[in-house]
Amino acid sequence: MFGIELSLVWAVLIAVAVFLYVALDGFDLGVGILFPFAKNARERDQMQAAIAPVWDGNETWLVLGGGGLFAAFPKAYAALMPALYLPIFLMLLALIFRGVAFEFRHHGRERGRKLWTVAFSGGSIAAAIAQGLVLGGFVQGIAIEGEVFVGGPFDWLTPFSLLVSASLVAGYALLGAAWIVFKTQGELAERARRWVKQLALLTALAMGAVSLATLGVDARVTERWGLTMTSVDWPVFIKLAPLPLLAGVILFLMWRGIEERKFLRPYLYAVCLFLIGYVGLAVSLWPFIIPFAMTPADAAAADNALQLMLCGALVMLPIILAYTAFVYWTFRAKVDDDAAYH
Amino acid sequence: MEWDALLLSRLQFAFTIGFHIIFPAFTIGLASFLAVLEGLWLLTKRAVFKNLYLFWVKIFALSFGMGVVSGVVMSYQFGTNWSVFSAITGSVIGPLLAYEVLTAFFLEASFLGIMLFGWKRVGPGLHFFSTCMVAIGTLFSAFWILSANSWMQTPQGWAWAEDGTMVATNFAEVIFNPSLPSRFAHMVLAAFLTTAMVVAGASAFALLRKKALAESRVALRMAVLMMALVTPVQIMAGHESGIVAGEHQPAKVAALEGWWTTRTQQPTVLIGWPDEEAERNHFELVVPGLGSVVNNAESEDVLPGLDQFAAEDRPPVWITFWAFRIMVGMGLVMLTLGIWGAGAWALKRLDAATWYHRALVLAAPSGFVAVLTGWITAEAGRQPFVVYGVLRTADAVSPVPAGSVATSLLFFIVVYSIVFSAGALYILRLIAKGPESDEPAPQSNQPPGTPLGAAIEEAP
Repeated sequence: MFGIELSLVWAVLIAVAVFLYVALDGFDLGVGILFPFAKNARERDQMQAAIAPVWDGNETWLVLGGGGLFAAFPKAYAALMPALYLPIFLMLLALIFRGVAFEFRHHGRERGRKLWTVAFSGGSIAAAIAQGLVLGGFVQGIAIEGEVFVGGPFDWLTPFSLLVSASLVAGYALLGAAWIVFKTQGELAERARRWVKQLALLTALAMGAVSLATLGVDARVTERWGLTMTSVDWPVFIKLAPLPLLAGVILFLMWRGIEERKFLRPYLYAVCLFLIGYVGLAVSLWPFIIPFAMTPADAAAADNALQLMLCGALVMLPIILAYTAFVYWTFRAKVDDDAAYH
Repeated sequence: MEWDALLLSRLQFAFTIGFHIIFPAFTIGLASFLAVLEGLWLLTKRAVFKNLYLFWVKIFALSFGMGVVSGVVMSYQFGTNWSVFSAITGSVIGPLLAYEVLTAFFLEASFLGIMLFGWKRVGPGLHFFSTCMVAIGTLFSAFWILSANSWMQTPQGWAWAEDGTMVATNFAEVIFNPSLPSRFAHMVLAAFLTTAMVVAGASAFALLRKKALAESRVALRMAVLMMALVTPVQIMAGHESGIVAGEHQPAKVAALEGWWTTRTQQPTVLIGWPDEEAERNHFELVVPGLGSVVNNAESEDVLPGLDQFAAEDRPPVWITFWAFRIMVGMGLVMLTLGIWGAGAWALKRLDAATWYHRALVLAAPSGFVAVLTGWITAEAGRQPFVVYGVLRTADAVSPVPAGSVATSLLFFIVVYSIVFSAGALYILRLIAKGPESDEPAPQSNQPPGTPLGAAIEEAP
């Protein structure tokens, strides 16, 4: 249609949708993860108010990611979903609790309120853990024969996926803390600044650990990076070395942003950090849509389906991004000191 | 019956969609109701409309939240439990679902934020615009999901590809498949009526308790108008839907009518006890010949009974038969209440008709019952196929162990019971409280934590 492979276009579009999900719902989930560290009910209210108007739109990117995978790559979807059955259901159940808690927390009385407070943070933590397990299970590859998943129900449960899971919890918490710095002020914002610093270090360590562990997942990854436990293939590695270096620079900038009391920058740097991890992952797994088993071309839907959807996406995505931006702009104020903006 | 992954996946899908469908059914109607209320308020500046809006928007927010979370579940279950279905039909209905996300979900989710929390941050025009966008989004969503579901009922515009998957030969035919127009109309009207029944019940309850009288009277009138005007149209839409099903899905119609033998002059079975072993109905009460008339057949036309279909190609008769009867029964309840209300209104007795108010309170859930049983009629009637006549449900299931599905099903039952009974409790509490009658004083110092509460107080 445009002289490039349609399946590739869709692979990129879905990758972008998933990244937008991580960057946006990541801070929603992060706020939930940090809920237990709030000092009192008022702080928890502030934290929730910082995300209440936008969480639903953020979560829709997850539906686009899942729905897009179904529509554009039905074979990949059909192989992946049964393989990751249990962590996906854990995620869905967790998202149910977390999603309803936004409204329910304000309708519950004494005990109900406590229950939905716990459900909100518990749901956020469990959703992050489950997404980490899904990602870990995905990266390590799944057992496929022909086009069908043939492994067991717990194949995804490995030390590797648990490590990815823990890292994602730390990373989401970092996004959440940086968002709290952006959206609140006073004591809570001060504390969130400290959280950002601590979580930035933790996330950096976790990303390093996951990166090293990913090298061990498959010989093809090791080859791509030119790194083994004992030797470095410098000509290969030097081309990719900017990625970890850039991560270091961003970490430094984030630190300075916090010291200089910038509002939005820590969050943007945190997103950049995720982006680097994401690109690193893409480099490791390229050209597979299911690691080491299926490429986008193998899994793609019929061309006319991809074309029809591309027409829709080319028209709708700019509109969606425009009104999403409008909604964020509408709620640009800090949640605490409402009056100052009106 | 074996408790394998197939049966468990079917139970899980039925359970999760049964829960899910009542929320969109309610919020589609409620979103339009809210748009009308806000429009009327901007037009007339009468406080009743604003008070009603602020009351129903709280209930909308609760229902919408529950619809969203149960809907996310639906979007992943195609892959987790019906992966073979996904792989085979992905190129045909995948784009329809993608369009649902692109045109509807983002629209609803984004503008909902402004609708609930944007009172002070945008002008009244933009706020009204946001309410309308949410309402339109719910309708778009209904269109695409019904297009996909209707294609599964009456598939056309597709062909087999070499690798055993389906491809679309004509997407216009896929999207505008034969059963879409009547089923879309039937579903949207069902959503409007479901909302009208709840609004009528809540308003009648408030009137019985002498609360928020001005608001309750206005809302009651709007609901009665909807019932009286839309129920007859809905019955016609349902009839049309049945005629289309008769052309394309004769086994479904035979099952829901309780016809075992192929013959002219089919009866209408009012009630009966279908027995799939004996291939007949016990204790049946019939009106001879009426079935053919209702199905637009001439007196010499032969209409197929279940004996035309091999036992393994028949839908579960008992479920389809009874679900259909309950749905029709609810429709008759709504029709009666609509006529009764219109009559009382014409005689200027609507506000004092205590018995009518009591009946409305009792009938408040009738829309939900009708939607659920209507959905069961449509979906159980499609069995044993997932794509009618083409792909069997048994051939569509994922290669997952029964243990995994049993676990997820068990957790769904527990979690849904907790979450949705809490939601129902909060909605009933709000209804019991009723709308605020007088304007709350605007406060400059907002409590940060109760966003919805704050949204209400921020309202101009």
